[in-house]
Amino acid sequence: MDQFTLNLIVIGASFALYFGIAFWARAGSTAEFYAASQGVPPVMNGMATAADWMSAASFISMAGLIAFGGYNNSVFLMGWTGGYVLLALLLAPYLRKFGKFTVPEFVGDRFYSTTARMVAVVCLLVISITYVIGQMVGVGVTFARFLEVSTTTGLLIGSAVVFAYAVFGGMKGITYTQVAQYIVLIIAYTIPAIFISLNLTGHFLPQLGFIGGYAPTGGETYFLDKLDQVVTDLGFTAYTADTTNMLNMFLVTMSLMIGTAGLPHVIIRFFTVPKVSDARISAGWALVFIALLYTVAPAVGSMARLNITTTFWPGAIDGETFSKPALSIAEIDSNPDLTWIRNWEKTGLLAFSDKNGDGMIQYFNEPKPLVDANTALAAATKALADAAADADKAPLEAAVAEATTARDAVLAEAQLGGQSLAAQGIVGNELTTVNNDIMVLANPEIAALPGWVIALVAAGGLAAALSTAAGLLLAISSAISHDLIKGALNPNISEKGELLAARISMAFAIVLATWLGYNPPGFAAQVVALAFGLAAATIFPVLMMGIFSTRVGKEGAIAGMIVGLITTSVYIFLFLGWFFIPGTNVYPNTPDAHWFGISPAAFGPIGAILNVATAYIVSAMTKAPPQEVQDLIQSIRVPKGAGKATAH
Amino acid sequence: MADKTSANAYWAANIKVITISMIIWFVCSFGLGILLRPALSGIHVGGADLGFWFAQNGSIFVFLILIFVYAKIMNGIDRAHGVEE
Repeated sequence: MDQFTLNLIVIGASFALYFGIAFWARAGSTAEFYAASQGVPPVMNGMATAADWMSAASFISMAGLIAFGGYNNSVFLMGWTGGYVLLALLLAPYLRKFGKFTVPEFVGDRFYSTTARMVAVVCLLVISITYVIGQMVGVGVTFARFLEVSTTTGLLIGSAVVFAYAVFGGMKGITYTQVAQYIVLIIAYTIPAIFISLNLTGHFLPQLGFIGGYAPTGGETYFLDKLDQVVTDLGFTAYTADTTNMLNMFLVTMSLMIGTAGLPHVIIRFFTVPKVSDARISAGWALVFIALLYTVAPAVGSMARLNITTTFWPGAIDGETFSKPALSIAEIDSNPDLTWIRNWEKTGLLAFSDKNGDGMIQYFNEPKPLVDANTALAAATKALADAAADADKAPLEAAVAEATTARDAVLAEAQLGGQSLAAQGIVGNELTTVNNDIMVLANPEIAALPGWVIALVAAGGLAAALSTAAGLLLAISSAISHDLIKGALNPNISEKGELLAARISMAFAIVLATWLGYNPPGFAAQVVALAFGLAAATIFPVLMMGIFSTRVGKEGAIAGMIVGLITTSVYIFLFLGWFFIPGTNVYPNTPDAHWFGISPAAFGPIGAILNVATAYIVSAMTKAPPQEVQDLIQSIRVPKGAGKATAH
Repeated sequence: MADKTSANAYWAANIKVITISMIIWFVCSFGLGILLRPALSGIHVGGADLGFWFAQNGSIFVFLILIFVYAKIMNGIDRAHGVEE
């Protein structure tokens, strides 16, 4: 059986499972649609939260980000887990005690103002819609890759699948489907990781292998030291190298942490458990299931990085990096263990070209002068080729000759393995593309694992993308049907009418998300930074003040949210373009141009501080919240008396 | 009135546990993982220096322990103040 058929069987089986669960758990009331009737046991809720939380980006891209970013990209590991501590300690138990369905509903009641609720709805929609665009793009790409269809077809299939179970199942259907999706994705992630760890370090647990000895040298050298040595030999920054900008690293980590705790689709998960104490422990279980992937990710990333590097420099495995020649193209085409190179070349995630025609692929990090010299040479060559037939070519030919001389001077200067590039006949790095995603996707093939493991990774990637998209769509639809329609436009809507409105909103949200995924504004990565920054600067502070302050009133909360929303968006737009329109940015998005070295992704905590400062200053000048709100605050602070959630 | 005093005592106890937990949360991630890494580079956990290990693995383990310990302590405090469900 070929790999494609195997993929189809495993993916088909997993979908059949999701649909079966969705049918069994379909929602019959708004309480089931919005919060699964508060009937989800904490362990299961933790698993569903983990699947909801871990997107295609966590599953497919994060290990690659860490592999190539090294220590600097630890921000994702700490940032996307540390937020759960904030949720468990500062938000989840009190919001569960509050006992309603949505985040804006809490803001509206606690700050006794429909305006505050609507500002929260706006923040929620901006956050969730920007976040869902990235997910829909991920769904399209993942389906396209594994089902061998176009990205557009992949996107449509993915939307249809989400539609089927999210619209009918609501939170209840989504939650139980996510439990199944979690199991699929975690098995798919850990099996290759265990094999690769056994291969490289002899340790069964990747977390131990990561800090253990490197097996091919008999374990005398630590794995991480080996990795550092090999990548620095090739001119890359060491994997464990220190950060160059500690302030920025600190702020990005903080932004991701408080952004995580402020993401509406994560917060609403804690409305689904039966008791306040369950909300606390449920955050713990969510982190257990997240940690199963997140503590393995650095091992997967670093080990895959070493594997890729030693594949292209076979001498690096048990000796010096340059003790054997680079991998030859003949070897790639004849060695059955290396068929993955040609397979992934077809997808465009991996690309190589034998620039100097020596039949071997030399992989290294081109030093900056060489990159510049090669760029100048390519430009001069192109100018000559593009010149009109009757133009005077002499100056253009002189320019090419000059650029060639300049480039050759750089080659004579630049070193690789103690010799100049010119002496070795190397003209540039020949492994031109190594996409981050390949670290997870090609892992089973690189480690020569059986076909069913590869198919399982495909199903895992799809599960991760679908579960997150569904959770986000639910947050969007409940904000529309519950906060906007029932909360403001038509408070007298019947239970049945609201459930129908919820389903229509969900369908509308899916169509919108699909359309945005089809026409992505071309900034998926930046958009995620915006979503976290905004969640950090708006939702998280307003919820914190709602619970921990008895003094902040509606004027303060509204002003604070608006200040957080505007300052954070403006700072991001200054560097990435107004509303992400390319070319409209005021400053270039480079570390030198960032104010105080703070990147747009790091602005969230500063927006949060501005939010809180504004709220306190405005509150000091306005009236304290009325008595019934004081009573509400006292009531959410104690677990006793938490009942089923009620609509109103 | 007695009810209110009891609620205040419960809240004060909760805030104290939260404060201690947040200090641990901060120290193991931002402290050991980022700010103090250069100062602690001499200490090793297997093949990794302490700060690097905390940044990539250790902080996550501490977060986990922190949440479960917090949940357990709070269940005890809930019962001691008679506010459990």
